[in-house]
Amino acid sequence: MPIDEEELYQEHILDHYEDPFHRGHLPTATHAHEDNNPLCGDVVRIELELGEDGKIRDCFFSGQGCVISQASASMLLEKMQGKTVDEAKQFSAEDMLQLYGARLTPNRQKCCLLSWKVLQSAVHSPVGRDGT
Amino acid sequence: MLELKSPTIDRSKLLPASLRDDFPILQQIVHDEHPLVFLDNAASTQRPRQVIEVLRRVYERDYANVHRGIHTLSERSTEQYEEAREKVRAFIGAEKPTEIVFTSGTTAGINLVARSWGDANVKAGDEIIVTTMEHHSNLVPWQQLAERSGAVLKHIPITDDGLLVLDTLDTLLTERTKIVAVASVSNVLGTINPVTEITRRAHAAGAVVLIDAAQSVPHLATNVREIGADFLAFSGHKMLAPTGIGVLFGREELLDAMPAFLGGGSMINRVWEDRFTPAELPAKFEAGTPPIAPAIALGAAIDYLKLIGLENVQRHEHELCRYAYERLLEVDGLRILGAPPDRRAGLVSFTLPEPHAHDIAQLLDERGIAVRAGHHCTWPLHDRLKIAASTRASFYLYNTPAEVDLLVEVVGEIRERFRPKGRKRRGGS
Repeated sequence: MPIDEEELYQEHILDHYEDPFHRGHLPTATHAHEDNNPLCGDVVRIELELGEDGKIRDCFFSGQGCVISQASASMLLEKMQGKTVDEAKQFSAEDMLQLYGARLTPNRQKCCLLSWKVLQSAVHSPVGRDGT
Repeated sequence: MLELKSPTIDRSKLLPASLRDDFPILQQIVHDEHPLVFLDNAASTQRPRQVIEVLRRVYERDYANVHRGIHTLSERSTEQYEEAREKVRAFIGAEKPTEIVFTSGTTAGINLVARSWGDANVKAGDEIIVTTMEHHSNLVPWQQLAERSGAVLKHIPITDDGLLVLDTLDTLLTERTKIVAVASVSNVLGTINPVTEITRRAHAAGAVVLIDAAQSVPHLATNVREIGADFLAFSGHKMLAPTGIGVLFGREELLDAMPAFLGGGSMINRVWEDRFTPAELPAKFEAGTPPIAPAIALGAAIDYLKLIGLENVQRHEHELCRYAYERLLEVDGLRILGAPPDRRAGLVSFTLPEPHAHDIAQLLDERGIAVRAGHHCTWPLHDRLKIAASTRASFYLYNTPAEVDLLVEVVGEIRERFRPKGRKRRGGS
């Protein structure tokens, strides 16, 4: 078996997959967005409660898909909890791939970046306005 | 407990493994140490030397544009291009070569019919029948036609075992039904659909029938006249030929009555400043420079398949598929989608409780095994089966039982590795 960054399924990734951070729904959500990855059908929904102070007070994700798409959503939200919206917007795709850790081929990067894309849209998507 | 007999393979039903020597691409090691095991043939197959050699010969000696130049190379290319058409005609039992339209693939063929025949014949309130197991390429063009025309799209449902509920067809068919579009073999379930029977019933109701034969022409003997098909489409790259070449068969009477589709060179008889008259069949539907070398190479692929014998190919694949079906069920929790082996062509799609299909494919690849994972362009079918994705192993004439054994072994290892183990995130909340 390959090791270190060559290994896609590192232990801490599998930990997030089996014991995800804030998987579920957020009844107090002010913002939310959902998207899928047409390549494989991975789905991720992110619900955010944004405070008046511009901070992410709480965040939850739901969805289904491969280990990479689901574990990366968990890792992203763990990182974003309590951060400001500006910090979330500044968190780049490159940062996301770095947070994930394992080196990914271009096709699998799409799996990893799904939750990142959804987060970037979610901060601009107030609940109710577009039916989400 | 029931004593289960371990699956066996009847080697007398298999093709000789020496046939693999014809396929240079199969002779390679991937990820440093693993011989390539190519089980993604329903997506696209590999090519034998005999086909690659023909491509090479065409490009090194014979290539020029067809039907145009008054020079040696153009004559050679034209002759070989038309010879390929004749080979296709014979291969699928069509009556005339004018009924064989070269396209870029199955998708292009179906879209041609949906646009040209569809726009001319389907009006608001008319009905189009497809099935729940269609590939997006035999669904989306009909959705688009329904949207343009105001027609209604109806679906023949499937059973939990992945068979069409054929009883519903007689109720679905009405005097407003204009076309029934159905796959001869499902690209996910492997189900062999009773297209001759479907065609008979559709014709009785006055509807025409299009068969998406992408998954059957490469594997099972096809005769468009026995089926009674009005239209039948397939791709070269799923039957040992290059990409970019496909075939649309259409009954001459229908093709004749249809308006031209893509406009441009070759498809015209005469052009004035303000109008044109279309060319005769099949040129009428072959606008622009066609895929010349790929078409000639498709002819070579047909020669190769005929040499081996499609009935031998079918027997080989069926035996491998039955063996894979039985052996995969040894993996705890593995679910095979679709019908038992006697009702299916040479592919097996499955799911595991953990992990997702893409992870399975990734880990199989680490051991040199190429499979397809995802929704396989059949999103509605996956919705119907209530699954997000599946993993598909699809066979062709060069696959072996040893490859099936390796597949089963590695799938079993993946299943164990991802079984829930009560993991916790470090510092998790």
